Amino acid sequence: MADPMRIRATAKDGTVNVKVLMSHEMETGQRKDANGKIVPAHFIQNVTAAHNGKVVLSAQWGPAIAKNPFLEFNFKGGKAGDKIQVTWTDNKGDKRTDEAAIN
Amino acid sequence: MKSRLHAAVGSMLAGGALLAALSSNAAAQSAVDEIAKYRQQLQDGNPADLWEARGEDLWKRKGGPKKASLEGCDLGKGAGVVKGAYAELPKYFADADRVMDLETRLVHCMVTLQGYTLADATKRPFGAGSNRSDIEALTAFVTAESKGVTMNVALNHEKEKEAFRLGEKIFFFRGGPHDFACATCHGETGKRIRLQDLPNLTEKGGAQLAYTTWPAYRVSQGELRTFQWRLNDCFRQQRFPELKFTSEASIALTTFLARNANGAPFNAPAIKR
Repeated sequence: MADPMRIRATAKDGTVNVKVLMSHEMETGQRKDANGKIVPAHFIQNVTAAHNGKVVLSAQWGPAIAKNPFLEFNFKGGKAGDKIQVTWTDNKGDKRTDEAAIN
Repeated sequence: MKSRLHAAVGSMLAGGALLAALSSNAAAQSAVDEIAKYRQQLQDGNPADLWEARGEDLWKRKGGPKKASLEGCDLGKGAGVVKGAYAELPKYFADADRVMDLETRLVHCMVTLQGYTLADATKRPFGAGSNRSDIEALTAFVTAESKGVTMNVALNHEKEKEAFRLGEKIFFFRGGPHDFACATCHGETGKRIRLQDLPNLTEKGGAQLAYTTWPAYRVSQGELRTFQWRLNDCFRQQRFPELKFTSEASIALTTFLARNANGAPFNAPAIKR
């Protein structure tokens, strides 16, 4: 089971700013270990963010994203107290969902 | 005619060299500015947060043969007090009769409170990939609770003064195959390795800037690194024998550097390239 994400969301003038920090290795599949064997690719492929159950962001990621990714985005229509839910799925089928309230 | 041509070429060459010197100076300056900008941009999403969260969980969770949490651990401000504790470390602890830095104290608590053997508690001081270090996570959590607190290493006890003197001696001690000392790189202002500025640790400003920004998340390693790691790696770079984790020498050097940072607000876990 992966470590929890850190999600911060703040509403200002009808726009919500969301900052998400994810804990993930993000292996490209291009690196070799000390024995010369390829380190298998392991990276996040899909990220979705939902505001009160409605998807506001959907992204497809690849191995070019850095380790422990940081994602920041804005969307309109949210207000303080609403729920924001972020989910990622990686290429090994691992999944993690975390939720935070908008400040 | 020929000599005039020579003179003209000569002055053009000199002009060219001057121009090159000017622009390389400007390039170095702008590179330093760009690195500072890069750090600032990363600051907001500092992955050190992830280590802090894991450290807090480790601090509160019951573990070890004695099934105890670390919440009873005395970091120098009373049992369980974490807030501001790091800004006063290293210090003398009567229960162990020695000066300890944070990592040494954490190991001490894991042994006395949780019942781990010393070998188990110090088995993984520095993490690598999926082999994660609990010490690094705990250090991230404890140091984050001192963010903004003014550094105040007191040196009241005789053993604290002794550690400071020993640390100072080690800092200036030249040895190893390269005849290096810490002071070789960190004893003068304006030195750098490639584009990395080296802080002058014999000066108040340099010592404060350096000490208050460790531990830090190293982007190039994808790991959070503690001050014990920083010293260990400096020893490796000097081709010294390996600095033993939580050894007397490592605590003495930490005492020397922490004391020199007195008066500055602590500002870590930070982020470094």
